[in-house]
Amino acid sequence: MLSRVADSLYWMSRYLERAEHTVRMLDVNFSMTLDPSSTSEEGRWKRVLAALGNPEGLEWNGDFYALAHALAFDRESRASITGCIAAARENARQVREEITSEQWQQLNRMYHRVTDEVPEKGDRLDEFPASTLNDLHLFQGATDTSMSHGEGWHFIQIGRAIERATAIATLIGVFDWDASESVSEGAGSQQFLEWIGLLRCCTAFESYCNVYTADLTQPQILQFLLLNKEFPHSVRYSIDQLRWALMALQEGSGRLVAEELSRVAGRLQASLNFCEISEVMAQGVGPYVHNISHQCRHIHSLIYRDYIHYKVHVALSQ
Amino acid sequence: MTLPANELPNAAVEAVSTAPNGNRKSAPVDLTNRYLRSYFLDHAYDEMFDSEGKVRPHYRLLLDTFSSLPEEELARRKHSADISFRTQGITFTVYGNQEGTERIFPYDMLPRIITGAEWDRIERGLIQRITALNLFLGDVYNDGKILRDGFVPREIVYSCPHFRREMRGLQVPRNVYIAVTGTDLLRLNDGNFVVLEDNLRVPSGVSYMLTSRRVMKRAFPQTFRSYGVRPIEHYPQVLLSALRSLAPEGRPEPTIVLLTPGVYNSAYFEHTYLARQMGIELVEGRDLVIHDNIVYMRTTAGLKRVDVIYRRVDDDFIDPLAFRADSILGVAGLFNAYRAGNVTLANAFGTGLADDKALYAYVPAIIRYYLKEDPILPNVETFLMTDSAQRQHAFANLENLVVKAVGESGGYGMLIGPHSTKEQQAEFRDRIEANPRNYIAQPTLNFSRSPCLMGDVDDPSIEPRHVDLRPYILYGDKVTVVPGGLTRVALRKGSLVVNSSQGGGSKDTWVLHA
Repeated sequence: MLSRVADSLYWMSRYLERAEHTVRMLDVNFSMTLDPSSTSEEGRWKRVLAALGNPEGLEWNGDFYALAHALAFDRESRASITGCIAAARENARQVREEITSEQWQQLNRMYHRVTDEVPEKGDRLDEFPASTLNDLHLFQGATDTSMSHGEGWHFIQIGRAIERATAIATLIGVFDWDASESVSEGAGSQQFLEWIGLLRCCTAFESYCNVYTADLTQPQILQFLLLNKEFPHSVRYSIDQLRWALMALQEGSGRLVAEELSRVAGRLQASLNFCEISEVMAQGVGPYVHNISHQCRHIHSLIYRDYIHYKVHVALSQ
Repeated sequence: MTLPANELPNAAVEAVSTAPNGNRKSAPVDLTNRYLRSYFLDHAYDEMFDSEGKVRPHYRLLLDTFSSLPEEELARRKHSADISFRTQGITFTVYGNQEGTERIFPYDMLPRIITGAEWDRIERGLIQRITALNLFLGDVYNDGKILRDGFVPREIVYSCPHFRREMRGLQVPRNVYIAVTGTDLLRLNDGNFVVLEDNLRVPSGVSYMLTSRRVMKRAFPQTFRSYGVRPIEHYPQVLLSALRSLAPEGRPEPTIVLLTPGVYNSAYFEHTYLARQMGIELVEGRDLVIHDNIVYMRTTAGLKRVDVIYRRVDDDFIDPLAFRADSILGVAGLFNAYRAGNVTLANAFGTGLADDKALYAYVPAIIRYYLKEDPILPNVETFLMTDSAQRQHAFANLENLVVKAVGESGGYGMLIGPHSTKEQQAEFRDRIEANPRNYIAQPTLNFSRSPCLMGDVDDPSIEPRHVDLRPYILYGDKVTVVPGGLTRVALRKGSLVVNSSQGGGSKDTWVLHA
């Protein structure tokens, strides 16, 4: 497969995953703003922005509707949902012949639905997240069911896994764990709401309850979001997927050893597989998730070094 | 003048020309057929009716089939053809729009039919022409015998912007310069085909030929079958084997790629289509790297050597080191790799010399010089502005001539005499005098019309529209003309412009066995 094609598929997938995460952040925090809360409106939305990596051009200026509108519809921003979908489509368009018609049509339909009509500020925020999530899921389904599960598909998996692991790690990193610790004795109802919000941002609330019942505790929530083996939005699950796709890629290409990449990804996977949540909490949640984001960035650059932007003389000497 | 059929049953009614050239002539058309209520005939050759207004034998079945279909059935087939075009993604890009909008290529439901005898002549004529032009390119870029013998003036060759001095003395594989040609033909009033121009650089449109055939076969399966139409579906295979046969020596299993300028090019759909049909990689300039004069493409499994490039990028943009330095579509060092014989480009560099509009006037002489034969397909009469006698003749008759700038295409930089004002004529006279090499003049041509399905969905009618014909010629180990081509239609009434950016469309072209 051409390196350029792999690059486009990877970013198409990352942008769609980013769109999905942003939709959920917007939807959950929008409804939480309606409830009375220990967190101020300003604090909440600043944290949302921090969880999204403090994207350029999106700022809290006191108007919650303005920010929500920008997060959903600002075409100019690559962090807004519309911006992400447009960027994903642009990437797909460059490799139109490498994806299936089902994928292209679904992506195109979604793109036209979000860009055709930009509503007034504050409008459509009720319907927009649900229908966009639905569109994104349809695309996911079209990808899994219509595309050959070969090299291109693996790059799509890699893009999604890296984006998801990074996003969840960042979200956990900006959550106010200290505040939740101090009230966890009394477990005030407001704190419960914050925890439920966090889980719902990761589409994890129902799955969490299936494992732990509705008994919300800090170690269990962290255990679930970071280390659960089966839940598709946990960091560990994403890294397992990433590792698996990287190995399939190496087997398929037959040439590349990509030794360092295997080592770094394998080490990250092992550290998540054999980790105790008590160790994480002793070490501090912040530094732990920060390290995961760092490792993901490192893996990204190694993928690019080995598969996409490799040096000509290095490739010729292999 | 048109009359509803039911008022004059079985009557022959005069239909009057609206053609620009006056010289009115009338012919009867059978008006019992409700779909023909707006049909008209004049001195222009009509593909379906002869000059007496009688249906030509090979159009009889088609006309009967269409006439027997009720409006709803016609509409239904039209609708399913529309959907078929859309789902296949048969689009072209319109420039000037913010995002480079893709549009469905306009098409017409009535196929254009060419008899076996007509086609055989076209085929022989094209093979002759392309063979001669290829010999000409090989000669000019090597010994220059034809220049020495004075059959083509040196000034015309050396002043052509598409002449590439870099090609001098280069041996190209099998001496084939023009692997792919699309030659534009017109049928004049007397029914004979003439060559309007050769496209020897990066001709496009073949994907529309292939996809509209697929759609038409689905829309009119029985008619298609009873006609006995020669197949064209093997075009991608013929192209692939032509490209394969041109691989550099010592590369028995060549890697062939299609080089596209990218997603914003108006023919991008065609590039993806052909790459997919041939099963070859579609690459952009940034996918290729040159090392030690060898071309590689960047893949996720490392660098892969490339042997043949079917390039859809113009000479000017293909190598910033050899040609235009500001090009970002090309590959630095590609020309050196080409000169070193490590990669084949199809078409070769510098083929644009042979489709220069001034050189065109010399093609009959070129055919006679190399092949010792008379041209089978004639040229359009052409006046060279570099020749003072011809220039004076043109100046005296500007109102009847078409003046074309030799470097322009797509209908730009033209003066159409009969539709021009005195001021425009004076302006062109000045321009020609300032730079005579840049212009030629030709008589205004009245080319043939073909029946087209016009009107609203619920009120369709068959009307004549001007058409041209672009067959595709492939040159590998031999010259092959795929029987058919792109018939382009000027869908606007009275229009002579078949260009898709200016209201033109296409229709399927059926070449019959018999």
